[in-house]
Amino acid sequence: MRTLLIAAISLAVCACAVPPLRGTGDLGLVVERAAGRVMLVETTGRSVLGRIEGLGDLSHASVVFSRDGRYAYVFGRDGGLSKVDLLRARIEHRVLQAGNSIGGAISQDGRLVAVANYAPGGIRIFDARSLEPLSEVPTGAKVVGIADAPGNRFVFSLFEAGEIWIVDASDPRRPSVRKIGGIGKQPYDGFITPNGRHYIAGLFGEDGLALVDLWNAQGGAQRILGGYGRGEQPLPVYKMPHLRGWAVAGRYIFLPAIGRHEVLVLDSVTWTEAGRITVHGQPVFAVAQPGGQRVWVNFAFPRNDVVQVIDVAAMQVVRELRPGRAVLHLEFTPRGEQVWISSRDDGAVVVYDGASYAELARLPAESPSGIFLTSRGAMTGF
Amino acid sequence: MYRVAALLVFAAAAAAADDPVPARRAELLHLVRQDCGACHGLTLKGGLGPSLEPAVLAAKDAEQMSFVILHGRGGTPMPPWSAHLSEFEARWIVEQLRKGLPK
Repeated sequence: MRTLLIAAISLAVCACAVPPLRGTGDLGLVVERAAGRVMLVETTGRSVLGRIEGLGDLSHASVVFSRDGRYAYVFGRDGGLSKVDLLRARIEHRVLQAGNSIGGAISQDGRLVAVANYAPGGIRIFDARSLEPLSEVPTGAKVVGIADAPGNRFVFSLFEAGEIWIVDASDPRRPSVRKIGGIGKQPYDGFITPNGRHYIAGLFGEDGLALVDLWNAQGGAQRILGGYGRGEQPLPVYKMPHLRGWAVAGRYIFLPAIGRHEVLVLDSVTWTEAGRITVHGQPVFAVAQPGGQRVWVNFAFPRNDVVQVIDVAAMQVVRELRPGRAVLHLEFTPRGEQVWISSRDDGAVVVYDGASYAELARLPAESPSGIFLTSRGAMTGF
Repeated sequence: MYRVAALLVFAAAAAAADDPVPARRAELLHLVRQDCGACHGLTLKGGLGPSLEPAVLAAKDAEQMSFVILHGRGGTPMPPWSAHLSEFEARWIVEQLRKGLPK
């Protein structure tokens, strides 16, 4: 009888400790930036599964995912790197690895996590399983636009130095560095094309972008879209735009102009301007809907309560949505049937139907900013 | 020199007397935390832009700081905020930053 009871108790305990069986392909995290917390969400029923606290200063947080979609690596402004178990909704490891950070990336093989730091400037490389520090690459400048590249490489730009560095971490304790100088003034962000071949850094200090062909990195950087401002006085930029491989729709790459209420269209075959689209304000994110038929754009203060949708074939704005005040971010489900949009000042994450634009759900959240779905774990550049 | 000091005291007194109304104060603090915070960090410890913590600002000139808020800083990403803030408001923000923002 006693044995039976103990067996029953231990069975009950086990049942509590084992999370219900489920996949992670429809999971994601939403940053509640003022609360130092993330919301665990699922996109099938569009619901909140839980909240994970204790992640520190998330004012400029970003998230990457393990290749199996189970773990999220959360990069905080305060230099915190946290490994979150999505199935158990809890922090598995956490390290404070620098004074001031901006983001990070996970390596092609999923074994390394690199964190990009402002202070002290550089990147640090960690074991993705244990978060054990493996090496660091000091840069003496703020690191922006870090992306993973094929071959367990990390590519990033240096804001003050105007350089692009390619770090080969195949030997993670002894990474090698290739530096490309003279790329232009003040790169503010960068991204890699979804095929992993081209790294593009946006420049804040001049009109144009820098392009590196990673198949031929010794060829250095090439200036593209130089002088897109046509010598006109730029408008004030109240929030820095963000660049990632999500801006690619077919052969075209859609990029926020700096100091202009325009989205620039770059032809990725000829690397020349294929057009420009006048939009509502200073674009922050220009995100191609999976499939590439439309590109959704949000905007900087003070025109940040609007999202515009560009039709790629027509190269013009075809729809305008008002999800709420201070729209900070948007993220598509992997097949693009829904888009999740955060409205910081209305305290909500709003889900829209990707085809009909109907509002499907409105989830309360405290100052939501970045939305990160596990599908990123399968994409190069994140 | 004394005259400058007296003027500064006068300016400070005048600024105190002309504090923004409470609703506007809340808006301004929200703006500082959230929108300035986009570059300077939500806790104002710095990011792409420098730290705006009281210890750092103590050594800086208040007039100069409100000038930078209103007119930006050339050669850096700091934009001019004069389309969204009055001179009074910029000065009030500097005062709040130097004291440390209320929680």
